[in-house]
Amino acid sequence: MITIKELSDENLFTAGHTACPGCGVALSIRNAIRVFGKDTAVYVPASCAVVFGSTFPLGAWKVPFFHTAFENTGACLTGMQAAFEKKGKKVTVVGFAGDGGTYDIGLQSMSGAAERNEDIIYICLDNEAYMNTGIQRSGGTPFGAWTTTTPVGSKIQGNQRFKKNLGDIVVAHEIPYYATLSIGHPLDFIRKVEKAKNMKGFRFLHMFTPCIPGWKMDPAKTVEVTKRAVESGMWTLYEVENGEKKITYKPGKMKSVKDYLNMQGRFRHMSEEDINKLQMWACKKWNLHYREKGAPDICEIAPPVEHHAITEEHKEMHGP
Amino acid sequence: MKKVITGDHAVAIGAKLCRVDVVPAFPITPQTLIIEHIADFVNNGELDTKFLTMESEHSVMSAAAAASAAGARVFTATSSQGLAFMHEMLYATAPLRLPVVMANASRTLGGPPGIWCEYNDSMGARDSGWLQLYVEDNQEALDMIIQSFRIAEDKRVLLPVMPCLDGFVLTHTVEPVDIPAQEEVDSFLVPYEPDIILDPARPAMIGTFMPAEYIMELRRQTVGAFECAKDVIKEVNDEFAKKFGRDYGGLVDTYRMDDAKVALITMGTVTSTSREVVDELRQKGEKVGIIKLRFFRPFPSEELRKLVSNLDALGVFDRSISYHGGGPVYNEVRSALFGLTIPVIDHLAGLGGRDVTKEQIFKMFELTSRAAKDEKVKEVNWHNTRGETV
Repeated sequence: MITIKELSDENLFTAGHTACPGCGVALSIRNAIRVFGKDTAVYVPASCAVVFGSTFPLGAWKVPFFHTAFENTGACLTGMQAAFEKKGKKVTVVGFAGDGGTYDIGLQSMSGAAERNEDIIYICLDNEAYMNTGIQRSGGTPFGAWTTTTPVGSKIQGNQRFKKNLGDIVVAHEIPYYATLSIGHPLDFIRKVEKAKNMKGFRFLHMFTPCIPGWKMDPAKTVEVTKRAVESGMWTLYEVENGEKKITYKPGKMKSVKDYLNMQGRFRHMSEEDINKLQMWACKKWNLHYREKGAPDICEIAPPVEHHAITEEHKEMHGP
Repeated sequence: MKKVITGDHAVAIGAKLCRVDVVPAFPITPQTLIIEHIADFVNNGELDTKFLTMESEHSVMSAAAAASAAGARVFTATSSQGLAFMHEMLYATAPLRLPVVMANASRTLGGPPGIWCEYNDSMGARDSGWLQLYVEDNQEALDMIIQSFRIAEDKRVLLPVMPCLDGFVLTHTVEPVDIPAQEEVDSFLVPYEPDIILDPARPAMIGTFMPAEYIMELRRQTVGAFECAKDVIKEVNDEFAKKFGRDYGGLVDTYRMDDAKVALITMGTVTSTSREVVDELRQKGEKVGIIKLRFFRPFPSEELRKLVSNLDALGVFDRSISYHGGGPVYNEVRSALFGLTIPVIDHLAGLGGRDVTKEQIFKMFELTSRAAKDEKVKEVNWHNTRGETV
């Protein structure tokens, strides 16, 4: 396995791009492409990454780059790969799509490529909203979050739906590899990117990528916020290889989601009741991922947020 | 070798003879036979191509653009709703100068839904940057697939080409077709070798975000390629005629136009029916002829101005409607002939796939001839339509 020290120093996604300081997307792209290396071709659908990495006449990419539209990452990767294969070229074909471009408008094209088991790597850079258009809700937006289309009004405050379970949707295609990644966990990150690179067929890397203006957070805290997401169960690190699921990083004791929410302005308005709802969602996820067979439900034995009693809703969710 | 085959089969054989590298496909009536035949070629080992069964037409054109950008010769086919669904990607393909060839089986674009021939599907793609042509029979369908790749891949052009064939009238109707030998096609169409592609050995960025400071020059360059295409289309036509013995005339073809005083502009299969009408009218001593509009993009404005110079009136056959009034061909022709005093009469017929009969075409000539004699004739005429009298 490649170590950080062994990674090439050459940046194939170069400095000088115009991403915001602390951008999780830029950081994820730069680290991933270092693992993929020179013999790579990328497709980037409509997203911040197109604007900050490829606004003519400037370009940050030192590998072949293609862009056309928003909803077609799976299809464009399919076409590129087919051409390379027909021409006898060995190229790692990688797509860098956002959550809007994957959870929502690009779901069909991604699903088609996954079902056909195209020999490509699909990366979803999940910053939990349409950030390029100025922070609108997507299917990847968490419950309660403020966005410009889920504003904090006098009647309704923030996003009313829970984050779509994209991982299960992708895995249901019975593909060779699905993994979740976080830039707060670089060793795990690099190992998964490398593993995907060395496999064949449709590989999906789901990267958790904080957005400074979209999450209304301190640009110095990008890495810390991803760590807190993992420690609280808001993001989980695992991989599914040929149908077999493996937790790749298990946090110690579950932290309160409040620790994570408090770092971000997008959750600032949330009522105790809503925070509790989100906490229960995180608990459910935590149990699903980390609870060992026969072990008691963590939320049943110890409510993770001490000043929150178990609600009726929680009982509904987890049974009596 | 002559074979009696459908138009769709002819198109598929044309693509096979062009040794296409990648074919992304999605079924839609009446195009489906094309991709079925190509699937057969691939699975029988007759064609070495990457055949991609995509999950929608939008993905078809996305994969087509991406494969072309990566250096492959790409063919696909669609129709109607499918063409509409990939509309966004048509606009991506042309300015990126990706020479994809896509056959369109002309079909009405709903609503209301229908499956028969109308040109309102492809006319909506008029300004997408694709070259667009309409064929009259199955032989021309096959021949124009081969010519389309030559035109598209010419370095003066580098634009996608859309040959259109009338849904069902050609797609599902058999005719004898002369199939050229593979060696002959190989010597006419050499492998596609583009200069700038997605290649890790020589990385390029294709499709970058483009600010206002640059985009007008790009548009102007694409117009320049359209201008070049006019010459290339003629050159390719002449070379093809020399090699294969079939001369289609380039941008436009004509029938009995030498001393004509009244002419009808036709497209697609209606041209064949019109030839018979012209022959019968000529027997009665009427000086009539046909201008077969082959390429709608680039639009042959100069050719038309020359062809009408001795005419007393011109009729235009339109198989779709631009809702503000006349058909799109009529409006293009009027614009091309601006400043000339010749009356131009629009004849709407065959929308939704309704048969265009000889009687209707006789009527088109009759109305146009009356306009030639300065009689008052409606500018836009709906033929064989309930509640309309022409």
